[in-house]
Formats: sequence, structure tokens, C-alpha cells
Amino acid sequence: MTVSIRIPTPLRPYTDGESAVTVEGSTVGDALGSLTAVHAGLTKHLRDDKGGLRSFVNVYLSGEDIRFLDGEGTPLTEGAVLTIVPSIAGGSR
Amino acid sequence: MSLPELNRDEIARYSRHLILDEVGMEGQRRLKGSSVLCIGTGGLGSPLLMYLAAAGVGRIGIVDFDVVDTSNLQRQVIHGTSTVGISKVQSAAKRIADINPHVQVDIFEEALTSDNAIRIFKPYDVVVDGTDNFPTRYLVNDACVILGKPNVYGSIFKFEGQASVFNYQGGPNYRDLYPEPPPPGLVPSCAEGGVLGILPGVIGCIQATETLKVLLGKGDTLSGRLLLYDAMAMSFQELKLRKDPKLAPITELIDYQQFCGMPANDHDQSLVATDEQFQRIDVLAARDRLGTGWKPYVLDVRGASEADIVRLEWADRLQPHSQVADIANELPRDRDILIHCKMGGRSAKACATLAELGFASERLFNLDGGIVGWAKEVDPTLPTY
Repeated sequence: MTVSIRIPTPLRPYTDGESAVTVEGSTVGDALGSLTAVHAGLTKHLRDDKGGLRSFVNVYLSGEDIRFLDGEGTPLTEGAVLTIVPSIAGGSR
Repeated sequence: MSLPELNRDEIARYSRHLILDEVGMEGQRRLKGSSVLCIGTGGLGSPLLMYLAAAGVGRIGIVDFDVVDTSNLQRQVIHGTSTVGISKVQSAAKRIADINPHVQVDIFEEALTSDNAIRIFKPYDVVVDGTDNFPTRYLVNDACVILGKPNVYGSIFKFEGQASVFNYQGGPNYRDLYPEPPPPGLVPSCAEGGVLGILPGVIGCIQATETLKVLLGKGDTLSGRLLLYDAMAMSFQELKLRKDPKLAPITELIDYQQFCGMPANDHDQSLVATDEQFQRIDVLAARDRLGTGWKPYVLDVRGASEADIVRLEWADRLQPHSQVADIANELPRDRDILIHCKMGGRSAKACATLAELGFASERLFNLDGGIVGWAKEVDPTLPTY
């Protein structure tokens, strides 16, 4: 499946500034794997030492948190849009 | 509890609210009888406080320990050129009194801590999170959960913002969204990343809107939804937010600086509890060593826009800290390397990255204080930002 992954501003330095990356994958985990295969610098921001998704990075499939679907095993359909939403703290002091 | 009456002046002032069926006399009296606590009087707090004051919220508390700086004025519109150098809470209180003298303003010129949060929060109906750091965000969340108060959330980075309403009518809270903060070093602060000045205006106004809706009990709030805003794409996106059944109940306040591994402000860029594999040198010591023949390779790890503002003429290379690993094999291994950024935070990360890649720890030097420290203490002709 060809899917699009939306990259948030804080992670764009690791995707050469791209705000969306198109990848192949049949599950969420596959698609994220394809993403970090191309942009290796993202890996440490998305994955912890054990390879799991970091707890301050949420991934949404069509507006739904994958934690409440089947996690990284959630199947994808052609043209699906994944959104990565990391925790940000700025309030602009 | 009976609602306070509006006097003749207040009726004239709030007339555009009074003729709205959704607010009306009863809603406006409800606003007058309500109270809101705003944590932070920065970019988010500025528009929020001004609009809530104008809207007639009867009692507004403000918590901040910072002082107005010229670099705040690009986005913190409650402050002005005339209040640079005075405390933010005093500056904000002055502006609120001018906007609406009917508002009671309570000022808390102190850092919010686990020791004072419950006491400060207790009298207020709604708490608004306009802070700039993870430790305070988790503290605000947990105190709201313990006290059962709604927490109107907003957060920003560069061109993107997030907003939601937490802990409202049994809805999810901040920990349901993010159980844990990022480890120090993985997410840059606003001082590092920059922020479009209008962005906190948009997010702060969304927070103000949600606050009024909660106080009035009208409309559909952002409870259970996370709103994302991208100023560059000019797009809004809505994500579903649910309670995380695995989340441990929040029953007490903890040490949030320890929990987040970072200080509760973005002035202090130092990382807590590190086992550093590089040297630190402050600007004065660096000046002295450079003056006596030290010839390190000098790497500036700021962004190109920052280098356009000011640079150290004797720097050998400019490379953003996120790319340091990529160019590591182009850096000398047989020379000392002096790395600097704005304040010393990103350069410390760059030093750590190079140390991990096998650069000798005695060859890696972090310029503590960065180019801003250099401008303040060594070369005052340089501009600061």
C-alpha cells in the first residue's frame, strides 16, 4: 500500500524539511519502518532502545490514535494518511 | 450560589455579549462570578488574558516569575515597550486593569512548584496551561486532576500548535495523550527553535474560547479532541483523544523536574544528571585560552537564520546540531574542537553526539553560554537575540 506520513515540524530536520513522506507499507509498523529506512535520523526520535514507539510520540491513522486500534499492527489501506504527533511544550516564554 | 449583578457600566460594556442568546444576562453574570488561573504570561497567556479580561471573567489569577524582555514583544502582546524590565505579572496586571477595571487580578510572582500548586489552584474554576516546559505542564495537569479542575491546554512550536481541554467532565487528561515527557535533548525548546509571533496568538485565542465555553457550559469543547494547527499550511486537523486505561491514577504531586530530567524553565539549558563525555569551557575561560595560542577547530551548530543575526568570525564551520552526525567524518580528530550554539544547550548535544562517534572526550569542548554569553561578557559590540 502506498501511504502518506505527515511529519511534524520538530521532526522535519530529519526528513530534509519534508512535511509529508510517501512510503509503502501494509501495516503502520511497516510504513514507519519504510520511513526510517529512508530517513535514518528519525529512528532515535520515534523508537526507544527496545524498538518500541516512544511514549511521547503518538501516531494517528485518519484521526484515531493507533494505541486504540491495533498499534503498529494496524492494517493500512491504499492512500491512508498517518500523522505523527510528538509532545511539544512551547508556550513561548 | 447566586450570580453577581451587573452594574450600569458593565451592562454597556458587555452589550454585544448580552444580546447573544448563548451568553445573555445570565451567562455574563456567570462570567463575572467565575475565576480563571493562567499559568504563564508569555505568548499563549498574552492574548488569553486580554480576551478573558475583556469578556468579563470576574477574577483572573496569573502565575509567572519572569521579567519582560525586549525579545518577548514579538509575540507577547500583553506586554509593551514601556514594561520591558518589570515583572511579567505586574506588566500583565497593568494591561488588564486598563482593558477592564471590573476584573479582580490575583498575581503570583513565583515559580509554580509541587509545594504551592494545590494552594494556588484551589480557588479557581478553570486552569489554563500557557507554560513553556514539560515539568510545569505535567505539574499543571496532575494538580488539575487531583483537584478536579478543567485544564485548558495549548502548546506551540515554530509554526505548529496544539490545543485541547483536559480533565473536563470525566474526559482525558494530558497523561492520556502523552504518558511521559521526551527525554531531555530530544525536543528543542522555543528559545532554540524560534516561533512565528502570531502562532501563540492563534492558539491562545483558541484556549480563551474554550475557557469561556467551559465557564458558560455552552457549545462543544475540545474535551476528547486534540486540535492541531499548522500556520504554514494554514490547516487545522482534529485527532481523537481517549482515556488510557493503562494509566496509573494520579494521586499526588511528584518532583516534576526529576520526572522530566530537565529544569522547569527554558533559560537554563543545562541537562540534569548527565555523564558527559566532553569538556565544558565558559566564555571567559575560552577567551583567555584563545588569547594564549589555543587553536581549536570551531564549529557553530546553530541554524543558518541565527548565523545571519550574529556569528563569531573565527568559526570554521556552520552546521545545525541535528546534522552533526552526518558530517562527523569531515571534522578533524587530531585537533581540539570547540562547539558553540546560542546558549550552550545544542552544542552540548553536538558534543555528546561526537563523543558517541568516538571523538576523544579531551578534544571536545562545549562553549558554555554560547554566542549570547560571548556577546554579553567578551564582545558587547555583538547583537544578542
